[in-house]
Amino acid sequence: MSHHKLEVRKLRFSYPDGHVAVKDISFTIHHGEAVGIIGANGAGKSTLLMLLMGVLFPDVGEVLVGDVRVTKKTLPMIRQRLGMVFQDPDDQLFMPTVYDDVAFGPRNYKLDENEVESRVNMALELVGITHLKDRASYKLSGGEKRAASIASILSMQPDVLIMDEPTSALDPQARRRVIGLLKSFEHTKIITSHDLDMVLDTCKRIIIIKEGEIMADGAAAEILTNRVLLEDCGLEMPLSLQNCPLCGIVKA
Amino acid sequence: MFNMVNSIYNMRLLDDLARKETTIHKIHPLVKLLTTLVYVTAVVSYGKYEISSLLPYVFYPVLIFAFAELPLVPIMKRVLLVQPLIIGIGILNPVFDNYTVMLSGMAISRGWITFLSILIKSGLTVTVSILLIATTGMDKLALALRMLRIPKIFVLQLLLTYRYISVLIEEVLRMMRAYSLRAPRQKGIHRSVWGSLAGQLILRTFERAQRIYQSMSLRGFEGEYNTGEPTPVSFRDCIYLVGWNLFFIIARIYNIPMLIGLLITGVIK
Repeated sequence: MSHHKLEVRKLRFSYPDGHVAVKDISFTIHHGEAVGIIGANGAGKSTLLMLLMGVLFPDVGEVLVGDVRVTKKTLPMIRQRLGMVFQDPDDQLFMPTVYDDVAFGPRNYKLDENEVESRVNMALELVGITHLKDRASYKLSGGEKRAASIASILSMQPDVLIMDEPTSALDPQARRRVIGLLKSFEHTKIITSHDLDMVLDTCKRIIIIKEGEIMADGAAAEILTNRVLLEDCGLEMPLSLQNCPLCGIVKA
Repeated sequence: MFNMVNSIYNMRLLDDLARKETTIHKIHPLVKLLTTLVYVTAVVSYGKYEISSLLPYVFYPVLIFAFAELPLVPIMKRVLLVQPLIIGIGILNPVFDNYTVMLSGMAISRGWITFLSILIKSGLTVTVSILLIATTGMDKLALALRMLRIPKIFVLQLLLTYRYISVLIEEVLRMMRAYSLRAPRQKGIHRSVWGSLAGQLILRTFERAQRIYQSMSLRGFEGEYNTGEPTPVSFRDCIYLVGWNLFFIIARIYNIPMLIGLLITGVIK
């Protein structure tokens, strides 16, 4: 399924103030893969996501979705295939009700109102918030807002789901529900996060970024157990893999 | 500070009310908008000494309150919010317009009559505007405005301001709380930091606006705010529109309270 492939070739991007946020990044993500992009603060993760989505354009290199290059011309098509869930759900939920928010994308693509309705219902069912359909978005709890913002992307039926810190600011149970949700999706997934336990749970492949460059790209089980590598990149091993501070059981 | 927090929670009362499903709520938004516009125009078109002829216009808000099952007190509180402004505008009328007239055997300055007239007119028009939002909702109102061919940029501006005003107030509250916790024994915010606080707020607002715009354009937004297909105007809506507007126009042309008064006194004679 080459049309579901996401390819990044020799990407380089610098901000107007001269700061080079992404230096020479290349990778390919295949259909159905779940990839965690991790790195310390300021490593260039968010910039990379913006480059993938065509919010920013690289100085050098290119992003290919399937065989289509991300350019201003191809943006409408690209954005239908890549769905991005923002870190702060308040940025994404701007309509008066959850239903309208989830319908926002499909309506912009001028779908028939019946089709919009069936897509909205399907998306809400997928994330399990059908009962919140007519509620106002600003009144939802953090976990519900997150679920609604994911639904607002699912209704566009994207091939690739891109998520920026999907579990930030959630209580433990809401976080667990979101993890369960992410695992249930069969989409290609790209997740950036500092919650390495969540990344370990949801992603099979990890890409570590440091100062705009890829430091490692490989299986989650290998990378997330490599203490030296993680610490060198300003990270630490997932808590679930660390030694227990109470009973002293040594895990790694 | 508590009042501000409280006002955030109260702010969305109108949205909650707008989700009711009464006969009035089911009337087409465009019809309600047009009726309100005609009402407001009719009320403000009266001369500054005419008070008694405004009386029939009380019917409209009273009936809306009753049929839409809206709570009187919270809505009237919102109407009162604008009253200080109105008093500010009209309070000098009795001073400047001190020509006295006799009213039921009482000598009264004409300024008081104009002042009262301003108060009544503002009370009526503000009440029906709030009732319009409380029975329609901002989103449907926006749809009605678009049907009236109001440029989309204004409608979008209105909707987004309405949605994000609470986020903005929360932002201000957080900043004020952070300030007051590190500035004990200070009342309010010292003027030396007004500038930087306001600057911070503007920058944060810009950043959020940018993120919201990005999230909109990533979902295919190209300038048109699609809120679904509008429902067609039904026969019942037409009757509502014609009925009320006819009433407003008749009440504007004929002084109904005076006619009724004449009728009664005529009958008694």
